[in-house]
Amino acid sequence: MELKRINDNTWEIPKHGEMKVPALIYASRKLLDAIRGDLTLEQAKNVACLPGIQRMSYVMPDAHQGYGFPIGGVAAFDLEEGIISPGGVGYDINCGVRLLRTDYMEKDVTARRKELLAEIFKEVPAGVGKGGVTKLSQSVLKEILVKGAGWAVENGYGTSNDLQMTEEQGRMKDADGTYVSHRALERGIPQLGTLGAGNHFLEIQKVDRIYDDDVAKVFGIDAEGQILVMIHCGSRGLGHQVASDYIQSMENAFGIKGLPDRELIHAPIKSSQGQQYYRSMSAAVNYAFANRQMIAHWVRDVFKKVLGSSQGMRQVYDVCHNVAKIEKHTVEGREKDLCIHRKGATRSFGPGRIEIPEAYRAVGQPVIIPGSMGTASYILLGTPEAEALSFSSTAHGAGRLMSRHEAIRRFRGEQIRDDLAKKGIELQSTSWKGIAEEAPAAYKDVDEVVRVSHEVGIGRLVARVVPVGVMKG
Amino acid sequence: MQKYRILPHTADAKFQAFGAALEEAFANAALATASLMWDWGEAKNRQSFPVSVQGIDLEQLLYRFLEEIPFLLNTKKFLLGSIKDLRIEKSDGIYRLEAVFWGDEFQDHYEVFGDVKAITYSEMKIEQCNDRWTIQVVVDM
Repeated sequence: MELKRINDNTWEIPKHGEMKVPALIYASRKLLDAIRGDLTLEQAKNVACLPGIQRMSYVMPDAHQGYGFPIGGVAAFDLEEGIISPGGVGYDINCGVRLLRTDYMEKDVTARRKELLAEIFKEVPAGVGKGGVTKLSQSVLKEILVKGAGWAVENGYGTSNDLQMTEEQGRMKDADGTYVSHRALERGIPQLGTLGAGNHFLEIQKVDRIYDDDVAKVFGIDAEGQILVMIHCGSRGLGHQVASDYIQSMENAFGIKGLPDRELIHAPIKSSQGQQYYRSMSAAVNYAFANRQMIAHWVRDVFKKVLGSSQGMRQVYDVCHNVAKIEKHTVEGREKDLCIHRKGATRSFGPGRIEIPEAYRAVGQPVIIPGSMGTASYILLGTPEAEALSFSSTAHGAGRLMSRHEAIRRFRGEQIRDDLAKKGIELQSTSWKGIAEEAPAAYKDVDEVVRVSHEVGIGRLVARVVPVGVMKG
Repeated sequence: MQKYRILPHTADAKFQAFGAALEEAFANAALATASLMWDWGEAKNRQSFPVSVQGIDLEQLLYRFLEEIPFLLNTKKFLLGSIKDLRIEKSDGIYRLEAVFWGDEFQDHYEVFGDVKAITYSEMKIEQCNDRWTIQVVVDM
């Protein structure tokens, strides 16, 4: 596809054919080469053709081919003429990342990290076959879909301060469980409080490098060597089913004629289909917030049990990277409400935004970028420039480079465990084959992804963290 | 005839399933889906679940049929081992599929190594060529 170079890290697909707006890609030449290897650009172009799209169809540095929209795609739609699309959010609704700080330093946990990890592995259900620890009734589940992480806090999992330090305070207020299908509820009941499998993980990490001392301090990150905990998971089968249900109901309601890709099915935001999807998606977002809230609580319990105290284990932040939200942004000099789809992209609000916690309002929000299993992760800072550059969005992770099948063929889980052990990283998993699928070499270079984010100005470097203990589903 | 083959796909998983009849290709697509999560040959036929789905076209029928596999895994911890009595009919413009899934409930001696989150329409193909049906599916993992 014809690309226009804007600068070293910015490329444009000029408006042509059915496109209503251009597409803009933030990537270095190296990342662009990977992006060009699949259908990412074609998909970004398809998104640019959708009704009511504003400004540009954006592509983040870690982008790869998705379903309908690319992973790492950001698009905003007018509330009157625009659309909402399940394919613009993804199947794992509110897949996201929660980060806890601790008062512990590396020296405090080195000798105990095996035990810490083993205990976390016992407390936090993971893997495909494992159900949650709580047997829920359907009425309680429906309450969770409305209250989100607030339900978990009411029931003794964590504190109200955690809610302050969560996107949307842990609850999308437009959530409505009545539009969530019986099948989705059935999938949600046994899975609350579970990590799941695939690329989801829980890591005990240490701060490897601080780039911005002042901002890091505001986030509670004080020194290199400090121990953090990162939790990466989503809305499990409930969210997958909501996405699937609405893809099919939109097909039945609007037909698939004229769609360049069937996964690009969408409904006018104002239509009843569009509203029902938005409210159900919000319910799934809330389920995922409650899920991470419970897991974080169990992690604190384990730290208290093994190391004597969980004091100081304050939540830095919890971000969604698969979501659609109504936000105020400026288009052609006019501020208006838009429906922002972030699929494999993280919100990166700069200072002053009312949506971010008061404690961060002077600097901007923390953006949490998980690397692949066993590699570095990053904490970035949301910027004021991101508003104009990407509707306040940046990358969400490393992005895959190699297929799972190929990874299983090339790597052995036990070998990866031994390699990580040599680097001082403990690993626990329910499946060695699952570990091979998630081999670090199967992913793009996360360092390059965040470098581009920093240089473009859509998310600035604050700290680099590396794992000392990894739990995989 | 080969039942299915797994094809390279960067982020997720793609497969092709084959059959002399459409029904056989559908059944093999179900085994291919299961093979991305567990060894279906290991799952003993101890439990069964009737499956009944419909679709506005063959693609939607296939999507809904395959979705039963992660659905039963999540809700019943059911590991599919084989498919019996699969029938596909079309009436009044609607496709209907009936089948029986046989397999076993997850226990610790089984290894579940992957998680198919969802079936997708991406690159989906259902084609007949020289008395052989080929189904292609990409699943989200």
